[in-house]
Amino acid sequence: MINWSAFFKRSDSAPVARERLQILLAHERSSLGRSDLIAALKEEILAAISRHVELDADKVQVKMDRGAAVSTLEIEVEIPNGVTALAANS
Amino acid sequence: MAKVVVVTSGKGGVGKTTTTAGLGTALAQSGQNVVVVDFDVGLRNLDLVLGAERRVVFDFINVVQGVAKLQQALIRDKRLETLHLLPASQTRDKDALTDDGVARVIGELRSRFDWILCDSPAGIERGATLAMRHADAAVIVTNPEVSSVRDSDRIIGLLDAKTERAERGEKIDKHILITRFDPNRAARGEMLNISDVLEILSLPLLGIIPESEEVLRASNLGTPVVLNNPASAAARAYLEAARRLMGEELNVTVPSEKRGLFNKLFGRRAA
Repeated sequence: MINWSAFFKRSDSAPVARERLQILLAHERSSLGRSDLIAALKEEILAAISRHVELDADKVQVKMDRGAAVSTLEIEVEIPNGVTALAANS
Repeated sequence: MAKVVVVTSGKGGVGKTTTTAGLGTALAQSGQNVVVVDFDVGLRNLDLVLGAERRVVFDFINVVQGVAKLQQALIRDKRLETLHLLPASQTRDKDALTDDGVARVIGELRSRFDWILCDSPAGIERGATLAMRHADAAVIVTNPEVSSVRDSDRIIGLLDAKTERAERGEKIDKHILITRFDPNRAARGEMLNISDVLEILSLPLLGIIPESEEVLRASNLGTPVVLNNPASAAARAYLEAARRLMGEELNVTVPSEKRGLFNKLFGRRAA
């Protein structure tokens, strides 16, 4: 019997290309030091803190210093004493 | 104020030279004073695409080495008097382009032209980094195809690291120009879509040049597609891209060839 669905249905290759590129480029960018590790760290650290205390944008100081050999990331968060931790929800 | 634009891609054969000629011609046609500079030492082709191959006497390296004056090496286009070409050398060693020499020539071009379009060689070696070195803006020519997108990503990294602007901590305007796009194949899921490419490279779009027979015809004749067949889809796409480069805000569309009923019915399958 002829498989008509296979005959008419062309499997799309573009989504595969897209998927492969995204994985490959994320890897290549980080191995070339380009993924902006510093920016990614900042996001993740702030996200982690905000799961426990409500972050006031004015009370957060972020400093990034990008150098040729070494970069630094400074995050200073003011946390008032006596604040109860938010229920960690993840 | 003069603007230096590098036309680059990483990958070869995606349409850098066609694009340099297309954008240069379109800018010159709108009255801007334009010079297109071929950085592909040893493999020059911009002269051929512009139909000026028999008029090359002195080249970029001659000027860098002080053998010829800039004025002697510049070739004015016969059809558009605001369009000029600084050809690459076909014979010299590619190391003959020195950093200081290139800086001096670009500086001199800045004082004479509104637009300096630098046609980069393929690759990520010295020729490519030299072509992008002094750029204020970059046009990254990308085909909707995995290897081209990957190489574009690599070039974007270099633009953010190896240009004078990047070293001074300034921004370089980067634009994606998608060439050889086939809207029918993209619609059928056989080709990366425009949105896929832009999302992966996260840069704004300067234009979409559809796959077109007119591009080959134009290079056969040595007349940029913008002049050879201004009504063709590729020419209209380059004209619109040039207007965006000049800062106009235009919606990006995929220009299509105007086809007769016969072609609409039967021409679809033609490659």
